[in-house]
Amino acid sequence: MTDTHKDYEGAKLGMWLFLFTEILLFGGLFVLFAVYMARHHEAFHMASRHLDVRMGAANTVVLITSSWLAALAVAALKRGQDARARGLTLGTIALAGVFLVIKYFEWSAKFRHGLYPGSEHLAAGPPGEAVYFAMYYAMTGLHGLHVTVGMGVLGFAWWLMRTGRCTRADFVFLENGALYWHLVDLIWIYLFPLFYLVG
Amino acid sequence: MTHDTTRENARHGPSYGTLTAIWCGLLVLTVVTVGVAGVDLGFWNVVVAMAVATAKAALVVLVFMHLKYENWVFKGFVLMTFAILAIFIGFTFFDTAYR
Repeated sequence: MTDTHKDYEGAKLGMWLFLFTEILLFGGLFVLFAVYMARHHEAFHMASRHLDVRMGAANTVVLITSSWLAALAVAALKRGQDARARGLTLGTIALAGVFLVIKYFEWSAKFRHGLYPGSEHLAAGPPGEAVYFAMYYAMTGLHGLHVTVGMGVLGFAWWLMRTGRCTRADFVFLENGALYWHLVDLIWIYLFPLFYLVG
Repeated sequence: MTHDTTRENARHGPSYGTLTAIWCGLLVLTVVTVGVAGVDLGFWNVVVAMAVATAKAALVVLVFMHLKYENWVFKGFVLMTFAILAIFIGFTFFDTAYR
């Protein structure tokens, strides 16, 4: 067996540094949204009424719960409860899937009503409404992409635990995967009120 | 006793009970934010929604992401990131609001 050097603190700090770049990536889009909202306040207000608050709220609950399961999974692995940690990780991934299914129904309902970038309906309406939906698809789309990546990362963490390569003694992969997942939750915490409630 | 609990948390992270309490808190705040949005407060709707979102974000970052139990290097970096974000947002509004 080779003697590999593991730097736990370094691995975790590296993950946080990556998360900072993610915060600034979404931060740029939030600034764009805020400036356009200030400029087209009425149109944003009218456009946001097209969104289904119940679906947005349901997705908020789903994502918060998945984040809770991810945090529990890390706690379980640190206590050496491997099977529980694996189950909780699978639970997190399953809820991520539920989030995407709800999102799919939301998006397809919008498409059916002609509310998609470049649609005739939006071209005929006020420019602020088109901007609102462009931002809606860009931001929830980028967020949805992050959900998909998070499922992959947590799935890989599950595989590492299953094959005994992510353990009580060396749990940083699961911890970093969970950190990523919490960031996905964090972004949704701001996306939900901005798109569904504030307008 | 308190010292032992702190050390235990630093090693294992928060307990199952703490994590569950935070989850309940996040659900309550979600209900609050949806409830307040139904009341017309004009400009203050945005302020309240963002304040509640920030309270939720703080719970996630401090407990779920263990920042509360990390050393000052992590805390300083996170603070710096949010300071940069605040400058970014603030200066953009100085620019667009007075054009």
